[in-house]
Amino acid sequence: MAASSRAQVLDLYRAMLRESKRFSSYNYRTYAVRRIRDAFRENKNVKDPVEIQTLVNKAKRDLEVIRRQVAEQGTAARRKTGNSSWSLGKPCTHWP
Amino acid sequence: RILTYYTVNLLKLNFNANPIGVDDVKNEKQKKKISRFYLDSQATTMIDPRVFDKMIPYMTYVYGNSHSRNHFFGWESENAVEEARENIIRLINGKNNKEIIFTSGATESNNLAIIGICTYYNNINKNKNHIITSQIEHKCILQSCRYLQTKGFEVTYLKPNQKGIIELEDIKKNIKPNTILASFIFVNNEIGVIQDIKNIGKMCKENQILFHTDASQAIGKVPIDVQEMNIDLMSISAHKIYGPKGIGALFIKRKKPNIRLNAMMHGGGQERGMRSGTLPTHLIVGLGEAIQLCSREMERDNKKLIFFFNYVKQYLSKNLDYIIFNGCQINRYHGNLNISFLFVEGESLLMSLNDIALSSGSACTSNTLEPSYVLRSIGVSEDIAHTSIRIGFNRFTTFFEVQKLCVDLVNSVKRLRSISPLYEMELEKNNSSSDTLQFVWT
Repeated sequence: MAASSRAQVLDLYRAMLRESKRFSSYNYRTYAVRRIRDAFRENKNVKDPVEIQTLVNKAKRDLEVIRRQVAEQGTAARRKTGNSSWSLGKPCTHWP
Repeated sequence: RILTYYTVNLLKLNFNANPIGVDDVKNEKQKKKISRFYLDSQATTMIDPRVFDKMIPYMTYVYGNSHSRNHFFGWESENAVEEARENIIRLINGKNNKEIIFTSGATESNNLAIIGICTYYNNINKNKNHIITSQIEHKCILQSCRYLQTKGFEVTYLKPNQKGIIELEDIKKNIKPNTILASFIFVNNEIGVIQDIKNIGKMCKENQILFHTDASQAIGKVPIDVQEMNIDLMSISAHKIYGPKGIGALFIKRKKPNIRLNAMMHGGGQERGMRSGTLPTHLIVGLGEAIQLCSREMERDNKKLIFFFNYVKQYLSKNLDYIIFNGCQINRYHGNLNISFLFVEGESLLMSLNDIALSSGSACTSNTLEPSYVLRSIGVSEDIAHTSIRIGFNRFTTFFEVQKLCVDLVNSVKRLRSISPLYEMELEKNNSSSDTLQFVWT
């Protein structure tokens, strides 16, 4: 399997930062951004292609976690402010 | 490089430095939007998003009972529970997954350890009825001991020294032939002091008494090795380490002879008969993931907490007088800072800091008007104990929050002291010969 290129790693880094900045909670947002920057900086001198691919795969999984949590927090925030059909007494149509 | 940066800035006393790195609150408009700051991490912590993400499948489509042995749904849940057990054992250097019993939290673990152990061994040998603990334990341990006293047990409550440390000599003097158990809190929840657990464990092993420690504030924050520290029983809580509320664990060492206890929850015989009840798989997975994250992030988190601790101490010392930092300042967990601001009532100070969540003591005693019994035990007078507040930093605390805390604390303390008759008298005392301590306030 070909190791991820520098451009791919940078794209992943930018995607993670972009998603992290969408956290509605200030503390989660700042922690995620800080943690991502620290993690990429710590591993910037890794040369082994296998290790690089392992780290990239882990980062991709973490990106999915961030996306899910950003979506979940957004839903929770809307529920709290009452901007959802559920709180307005309308039938909930999006339940699976 | 980061440590060097910290050191250089501390030496320069540059209070505008932000060596922690990223803080996305750059402009005034954004700063105004942030209205609430949580700095009461000893009461509870926010759940880490990574922990919650791990829990979600077990709250939705992985719903099997982990004790259902006949089908895939049960096996899936059982594997998740065993993985969480493995994570805990790995962090504390335990030997076997079976040493972990899941409970509803550290309170239940403490009750199970103290009442369960003591009643079991007392049933076998009626002469064994002595427990040693300290005056600064968590309320659940003190109340468990008080309950056992009503059942005829003898309990020795050791007084700590002024730094909050229990002296080894005191423990040694109080060990008797009829002692069953010694229980000492690892990291105190109010003053953050770390006890000399290694030497206490060694002493208990030499005297063949069981050693229990309440590690709910310590696990995942300070290194724990149950083998090296000779810990026989240890209570763990998830919600203090960015995990969900409602789950904890009790570590019971496997040794010869086996440690046995009387169960307090009877039923289907789960958890080796020690704690019956269907296991909440999603909460256990949350606890396991929180523990795993702590083992990876402990060093990084502690570096940040040490910086915040030193920053707050230096800032307050520079800008305020008549402040006391309670507890030993060296053997401590740096995420906990307990400060007494003389001539200012603690509750009034908390009310004036209405957008910062702090505490004036333990959450379990926050609805009483009594001053903190922990502070009273370490020799702090009642009037000074009333002036104390507790600050708790956590993994998600930012430098902006710490700076805001410092500025608001200084302003609030100065404002409250300006209307405090006691402070006015103290200032007059410095210019005259009268002594404010002569006045007795009811």
